[in-house]
Amino acid sequence: MRALTWHGKHDVRVDTVDDPEILNPRDAIIKITATAICGSDLHLYDGYIPTMKAGDILGHEFMGEVVEVGPKSTLQRGQKVVVPFTIACGSCYHCGKHQYSACDNGNPADNQDIGRELYGQPMSGLFGYSHMTGGYAGGQAEYVRVPFSDVGPIVVPDDIEDEKVLFLSDILPTGWMAAENAEIAPGDTVAVWGCGPVGLFAVQSAFLLGAARVIAIDHFPHRLELAKRFGAETINFEESKTYEALMDMTGGIGPDAVIDAVGLEAHGFFVDNVIDQIKASMFLGTDRTHSIRQAILACRKGGRVSMPAVYGGFVDKFPLGAFMEKGLTLKTGQTHVQHYMPALLNAIVEGKIDTTFLISHTLPLEEAPKGYKMFHDNQNEVTKVVLKPDLALAAE
Amino acid sequence: MSAESETAALQHDDAPVTASKQTHPDRALVAETVTINRPADELYAFWRDPANLVAVMDNLKSIETIDETRSRWTVKAPAGREVSWESVIIKDVPGKEITWQSAPGADVANSGRIEFQDAGARGTVVRAVIAYDPPGGAIGQLVAKLFQREPRVQARRDLKRFKQLMETGEIATSSRTAKQLAEEKA
Repeated sequence: MRALTWHGKHDVRVDTVDDPEILNPRDAIIKITATAICGSDLHLYDGYIPTMKAGDILGHEFMGEVVEVGPKSTLQRGQKVVVPFTIACGSCYHCGKHQYSACDNGNPADNQDIGRELYGQPMSGLFGYSHMTGGYAGGQAEYVRVPFSDVGPIVVPDDIEDEKVLFLSDILPTGWMAAENAEIAPGDTVAVWGCGPVGLFAVQSAFLLGAARVIAIDHFPHRLELAKRFGAETINFEESKTYEALMDMTGGIGPDAVIDAVGLEAHGFFVDNVIDQIKASMFLGTDRTHSIRQAILACRKGGRVSMPAVYGGFVDKFPLGAFMEKGLTLKTGQTHVQHYMPALLNAIVEGKIDTTFLISHTLPLEEAPKGYKMFHDNQNEVTKVVLKPDLALAAE
Repeated sequence: MSAESETAALQHDDAPVTASKQTHPDRALVAETVTINRPADELYAFWRDPANLVAVMDNLKSIETIDETRSRWTVKAPAGREVSWESVIIKDVPGKEITWQSAPGADVANSGRIEFQDAGARGTVVRAVIAYDPPGGAIGQLVAKLFQREPRVQARRDLKRFKQLMETGEIATSSRTAKQLAEEKA
């Protein structure tokens, strides 16, 4: 089959590799019909994530048709499914609590040591996201092997367009969980840092959960425009001082809840953090704000901090004093995708949530490297790239 | 009793001896603990049949049952060699504990114990304890070679595989093809 493989920083290629096979009783093989490039794939593309190996197949947002099932899979051939990016067993203590991204068993035993060393306990496996999270092949390919297929994939109606449900795999549940973690009470004002896909879905979700006002912060005019369409007020941090704007817009109180949907490429992860420190020490400063620091300072006393943004390592200058003195609460984590999928599918079918506005480009899988470059180089215009293996075939 | 005298009376904390900061030059002891969301009886029954263990202990080539308490263990050694010894169950408490020891005359003297402790709604706490000579000693070096990894890391991974098999009915792998899986297990 053809698959998008990682070979190093800014080096991804479409290669021919062996087709996946059923290896465990609960496996299924999915023929990919649509897959997307995630903002967090850019962390891999930029070389920020350790434990990658040349030839790794990327992609953790994907859907398709069931073509093969193991004896313990509950799926049937021909079903249309969306696959969550978290690989969870459904039977361990954490899955029992619906903390799917904390699954004990989704990550192979030999890959769990790194997570234990870095974080104290290993987390679940993830598709196409380094060997620390299992070393699983991702879905930016023609086919993918899906473990625990009786727990993860959600069957969607045959007649629904892929574009409407593809984002159930990651970013829609991630945006929703971000808003849920903000513990929004009716009438609250919520500020969201970052108007990428997760930030935009968090804006939508915050309104659905009862926020009276949502203030969206970014520096890409097109992305701020999208946030405005959902009713958010906007702050462009290249034009305005974010803290001053937020304080004035909230009557000097600060937002009741703040959501950081920016994450490690702004600051904080290994190499990036070091560069940040070097820049700071040379008085160059950085052109990206430190979103979580700013969010904590702006948040009202006793407010909530929700952090869907991905961080991997250690963060310098975390304002622990402000956090303690103001009595804030922080909720975060990799998304428990399986927990949110059914309700969000209903919301899509009922027309309460639209995700198609996000897609700016659709490319054949063969042109995936071009998609990565576009997404990386032009984040203003390129909001989401969807890859379709069949598009290339159709053109032939 | 004052807090001060209580403190003075505390000779040892409640941490397991394997977490001690004091080293014992004559003997190495490793322990690994995992909680498995299944009843203790079921886990004990799996472990009591040596034939089952090959599935979870990835350096084992085979275990042949000799009789009720004795079995022959064959492990993969470097350069395609194999090393084999007879293991004897010296204590067996159904549903709770199995202790084994290599029979006299084995090339690699070793002993171990696995305990199953009921943990209520969370299932069962499973604890494996392995005793061996420290790495400096001749036997210790041989053990390390046989296990290919530090015994503690090996024990931890084996317990994780045991947990996966008991909780999910399979052992997680990120291999994509049967060929890759076979290479991984080799």
